[in-house]
Amino acid sequence: MPTGVPIEFEGVTKRFGTVDAVSDLTATVLPGRVTGFLGPNGAGKTTTLRMLLGLVTPTRGRATIGGSVYRDLDRPFATVGAALEAASFHPGRSAREHLRVLALGSRIDPARVDVVLEAVGLTQYSRRRVAGYSLGMRQRLGLAAALLGDPGVLVLDEPINGLDPEGIKWIRSFLRSLADEGRTVLVSSHLLTEVEQTVDEVLIVAKGRLVHSGSLASLEATAAPRVLTDAPNRPALLGVLRAEGLPAEEGPDGILVSGAEPGRIGHAAFAAGVELSLLAPQRQVSGLEDAFLTLVGEEGAL
Amino acid sequence: MTAFAAATRAELAKILSTRMWWVLLIVLVAYVGLLAAGIAFGLGALGTSGGNEGPPGTVAGLPLALVAPVVFALATSVGYPLPALLGSLSVTSEFRHKTLTPTFLATPRRGGVLAAKWLVLLVLGALFGAAALVATVGLGAAGLSAFGLDPQLGESDTWALIGRAVLAMALWGVVGVGLGVLVPSQVGSIVIILAFTQFVEPILRTAAGFVDWAGEVGRFLPGAASDALVGASIYTAISAGTASQLEWWQGGIVLLGYAVLFTVIGALTTWRSDVT
Ligand SMILES: Nc1ncnc2c1ncn2[C@@H]1O[C@H](COP(=O)(O)OP(=O)(O)O)[C@@H](O)[C@H]1O
Ligand SMILES: [Mg+2]
Repeated sequence: MPTGVPIEFEGVTKRFGTVDAVSDLTATVLPGRVTGFLGPNGAGKTTTLRMLLGLVTPTRGRATIGGSVYRDLDRPFATVGAALEAASFHPGRSAREHLRVLALGSRIDPARVDVVLEAVGLTQYSRRRVAGYSLGMRQRLGLAAALLGDPGVLVLDEPINGLDPEGIKWIRSFLRSLADEGRTVLVSSHLLTEVEQTVDEVLIVAKGRLVHSGSLASLEATAAPRVLTDAPNRPALLGVLRAEGLPAEEGPDGILVSGAEPGRIGHAAFAAGVELSLLAPQRQVSGLEDAFLTLVGEEGAL
Repeated sequence: MTAFAAATRAELAKILSTRMWWVLLIVLVAYVGLLAAGIAFGLGALGTSGGNEGPPGTVAGLPLALVAPVVFALATSVGYPLPALLGSLSVTSEFRHKTLTPTFLATPRRGGVLAAKWLVLLVLGALFGAAALVATVGLGAAGLSAFGLDPQLGESDTWALIGRAVLAMALWGVVGVGLGVLVPSQVGSIVIILAFTQFVEPILRTAAGFVDWAGEVGRFLPGAASDALVGASIYTAISAGTASQLEWWQGGIVLLGYAVLFTVIGALTTWRSDVT
């Protein structure tokens, strides 16, 4: 049974011309867990993973797998298996031929081709040209390539995109079982809801920066506090909140304020001489999702 | 097995697992074979009919001793774009279909991938050459013999020419690899190969027959270098005597030089860039 090794990002930075795709990202991904690498489209996830895999040269910093950069791995597929976003295959080659070429090039026993085709459920279609494959079948083929060397580390970029509900269920339990076997599993997604049932740890990026890392539970704790408040003189209270720079939303039950504890709101109202008729912290219905959206900013809602 | 041997096997499997190689091979063999048969037949018919008005010992102005070599060398003088296309496609298809991602994941030392492509294209170029020569020698010799012209198959010079022609086709394979990595756009590379071999170089070489400085430059053109290496060509036969030529070994070195130059520039630029 292959055992996982940690992935480490040390101040990884990538600039494409004038675009800061990834800025000074430092993080460690540990074996035995599923780590979600989350952030909206354009946050820099794919670029970060490509730097880890030696496909993109970092402007600064480095990313290592068990202490080695990718190009120094002797038989890389035996250590790391990767499936990148929009996995690319020559349309004229069948799944089997694609995997055979990879097995030959990476010095993996070609007998593994049938094993991984079976593992991802593609055996039946393996002799068809990839040109005729659906997005879901391509995702499965990408995953098969990642599994070819039975690696201890798996790096999967948006593997759930394009899968049908059954496929999503299947990949969730598959990722879990890989981590339970002691492997390192890093899986990116732009949708928290897609992976929240699967991941143990999260790394959240927005605009190229790491904005949160920790357990899934730790994410909920970062959720911005929300308070429902009201006053007999509502316009006066709104004025106070505006002066404090707090986002306020008028609703039927009162004013919903985010980003401040009740104490701060009470104090500001008191100092301004505004009487409060209501001051109640709100329980969040979807704490995780809110926390995620708050962290990644407005564009995360896309 | 070393990483290089593994990369070489992968490169060979890549080419053989798509249709392109045999499409190009069929085009090559059919094209040069038909031309060889047609020209051998034409020259043979001229040589035996009363219509041949050249000096004695010539056919259509071509010395008899040159007839067979020129016909056999159609494999290279006309067929050389095909191994070059195969070589360039082996690189440009990786860019076009974004397969550099899996390729560099399997073999992260990129220079090794390029070296493997070189080795595979040298071998496949030589095999293309051998197939083309089977066609031109087979059909050409049959055509010449039918009219009583000597196909010179018993002479060692003929076999040396055949050997050099195989070498030239192997070199064209790696010139294609170099061009592909220099110009990774698939359409761009194909257009360059076709435009250069079908229009630009023939025009320059024709001009070289009349203008001195053009002749100096012209013999260093890749097609001219290739013809010099092989030692016979329909082009040099047409402009007989007027355009100067390199020695056969100089031609080989010039052709190899193009392949190395293109490959090195490409390796330092497009091949090293980010794969996104
Ligand atoms: N080859 C490239 N050239 C220029 N900009 C790029 C390139 N690749 C990615 N980018 C930019 O880098 C940023 C991060 O992109 P990406 O890593 O693909 O994000 P994600 O995978 O999180 O959606 C985006 O602004 C994107 O436009
Ligand atoms: Mg992405």
